[in-house]
Amino acid sequence: MSKQLTRRGVLKSGAVVGAGLTMPTIFTSSAAAYTNEPKGGTVTLGFNVPQSGPYADEGADELRAFKLAVEHLNGGGDSGMMKTFSSKELKGNGILGKKVKYVTGDTQTKSDAARASAKSMIEKDGAVMISGGSSSGVAIAVQGLCQEAGVIFMAGLTHSNDTTGKDKKANGFRHFFNGHMSAAALAPVLEKKYGKDRKAYHLTADYTWGWTQQASIAAATEAKGWKTVKNVLTPLATTDFSSYVAPVLNSGADILVLNHYGGNMINSLTSAVQFGLRDKQVNGKNFEIVVPLYSRLMARGAGKNVKGIFGSTNWHWSLSDAGSKAFVKSFGEKYGFPPSQAAHTCYVQTLLYADACERAKTFNPCGVAEALEGFKFDGLGNGPTEYRKEDHQCFKDVLVVKGKENPTSQFDVLEVVEVTPRAQVEYKPDHAMFKGGSLGKCNPGA
Amino acid sequence: MDAILLQILNGLDKGSAYALIALGLTLIFGTLGVVNFAHGALFMIGAFCVVTLQKILNLSTVAIDPTKVDFLGNPLKVKTPYIVNWFGEAAGSAIINWSVPLAILFAIPVMLLVGYVMERGLIKHFYKRPHADQILVTFGLAIVLQEIIKACYGANPIPTPAPEVFRGSFDFGVWIGMAENAVIYPYWRLVYFAFSAIVIASVFAFLQFTTFGMVVRAGMADRETVGLLGINIDKRFTIMFGIAAAVAGLAGVMYSPINSPNYHMGMDFLVLSFVVVVVGGMGSLPGAVLAGFTLGVLESFASMNEVKGFFEAIYLPSIDQIIIYLVAIVILLVRPRGLMGRAGVMEE
Repeated sequence: MSKQLTRRGVLKSGAVVGAGLTMPTIFTSSAAAYTNEPKGGTVTLGFNVPQSGPYADEGADELRAFKLAVEHLNGGGDSGMMKTFSSKELKGNGILGKKVKYVTGDTQTKSDAARASAKSMIEKDGAVMISGGSSSGVAIAVQGLCQEAGVIFMAGLTHSNDTTGKDKKANGFRHFFNGHMSAAALAPVLEKKYGKDRKAYHLTADYTWGWTQQASIAAATEAKGWKTVKNVLTPLATTDFSSYVAPVLNSGADILVLNHYGGNMINSLTSAVQFGLRDKQVNGKNFEIVVPLYSRLMARGAGKNVKGIFGSTNWHWSLSDAGSKAFVKSFGEKYGFPPSQAAHTCYVQTLLYADACERAKTFNPCGVAEALEGFKFDGLGNGPTEYRKEDHQCFKDVLVVKGKENPTSQFDVLEVVEVTPRAQVEYKPDHAMFKGGSLGKCNPGA
Repeated sequence: MDAILLQILNGLDKGSAYALIALGLTLIFGTLGVVNFAHGALFMIGAFCVVTLQKILNLSTVAIDPTKVDFLGNPLKVKTPYIVNWFGEAAGSAIINWSVPLAILFAIPVMLLVGYVMERGLIKHFYKRPHADQILVTFGLAIVLQEIIKACYGANPIPTPAPEVFRGSFDFGVWIGMAENAVIYPYWRLVYFAFSAIVIASVFAFLQFTTFGMVVRAGMADRETVGLLGINIDKRFTIMFGIAAAVAGLAGVMYSPINSPNYHMGMDFLVLSFVVVVVGGMGSLPGAVLAGFTLGVLESFASMNEVKGFFEAIYLPSIDQIIIYLVAIVILLVRPRGLMGRAGVMEE
């Protein structure tokens, strides 16, 4: 009978067992609460950028921006956009008092290589956050890895709808705009400039970004009355686009849409100009070329060929708001030339991550994610911006740009022709082009 | 018909680059018996000769223009090339405008020197080593050269435009009696094709009609016997290595306006050029040229939408990316020595 269970005995035993289970957690919770919890006086961030391949140009600029952001977070330099950022949590003493260190990797613009380098940075170097990109294929692959590993992914340059559409993840956040937003901003300008009765021929990079970019711009322009004559997919590794460009003039199309980026866009646009497309008339109209996603770096690479060609961009160094001016000054004085949109995005993502840690008072990815979800901010160069909770996509105004006709310097290659308000480019989370997949739950890892 | 003609022209252009690189590769294999995986890097160095000359021609004096500001709001630094100061606006600008053709003169001595240093400094130590060793060391050398170029010039493609007069395109279709806009073709690509034909013909003429070339051909057939006649065949082969390097370099120079030079352009062409050499027949100069043009045209045809659509229907997508390898497999299965290869080479 003495061994029978009593109410008091159960309570006592429960208390002892409970205490026993809780005690180690109290003493060791900081050791195993989440992946790569920073120990000592430093915190390590992982910057994964293409240092080779067709987007190497963007990758080099991203890395410059990351280094500048780390310098500013650690109290060096002129603090850049930390002074204009609407959140005032960052003090130039690292993140949560820990000095920021960083490690870098080369994605080679290949998903498997990018995952391998991100894995190494997480497992060997103890990175608590991964950022970078320049290819949506890479960004989606690395975002998936970060979700599995339990670290935050602050996407760099990734423009595919899928990054925050069907491939969205709770641990991933994107400041950059996407193909749908580009198309929503660009289509009205194209209609105004070139009219409703146009026939478009698309050359499209054959991977997630190209597919969703093409679908978005085709849908938006068709809604304005354009017809899509043909869409030809081109492998990412293509360097000579002459075989793809040569038949365009004879296809009945009077517009060529180049859904290409980086080195691909430089080569395809160069081929298009060499084949005389811009000098011809088809269907009684001047033949025109459109580059939906522009960057200053690739515009410079394409030289005079970009003159008068319309596209969209996430940010441009000529913007006159305080944040943009502070960043251009900071970056320009350090490197001798203005930053690209890729550099801007990566710099901003690093600051946003650091700020979220400060506001959440932890590096725990779930705390950081909670701090970022629904976060509204200003002063980082794009005006009022919001990280939407439902898909972790940033919403802000979109810039429509044009290759400048009379550049005054080698940097002055694009001009902003319209700032499209956020309301015009915003969409619902369950929009047809973004449906499927699941944000899932935040994964803190270990 | 117009689409076919267009792809033939395109193929001849691609074939020109393949043929020139493969010709150099074959010269090296035929003379020295070395499989040179650094040959693509020589093509790239040729293209960067244009970039270098362009930079030299654009070396400038800097003056401050207080009436204008730069992107940071500081007084604008206005650059004026020395060459414009020395020769005047018109002549100076014309020289800069013609930097690609001028780079031919610049590239020939540079490439001969690069070839000589490469052969004497490294490759001669691997003559008697297995082909696998040669491939490893030359491939390593290619990566080193690529990284040096990347470190010096950056990862960005650098625009090197053709002279203004060649920048447009002309209506090839109208010229042969077809409809307007049926076959539009860029002037520079035609120049590239013509240039390739001249270089290939010159190399053949040099080997065929000069005493030097005759000795080299004899050496290729029987190196020991030529050596026993008291002829320093090694020296001649070293010179041939330099010539092969120059041919690859000139291919790169003239290719630079078609696709802006970048540090990995050599690798883009190298593997394809090796396939061309193997298909043409290792050591066969006419074989390299024939295979270069044939595979260039085939690749171009494979990129036609109609052809791609057909192959996609039979579950062979991206046929344009693999056509060369498929053809190579078939040819080597049927004829292991390649189209015009010597009996015994690559057959065992």
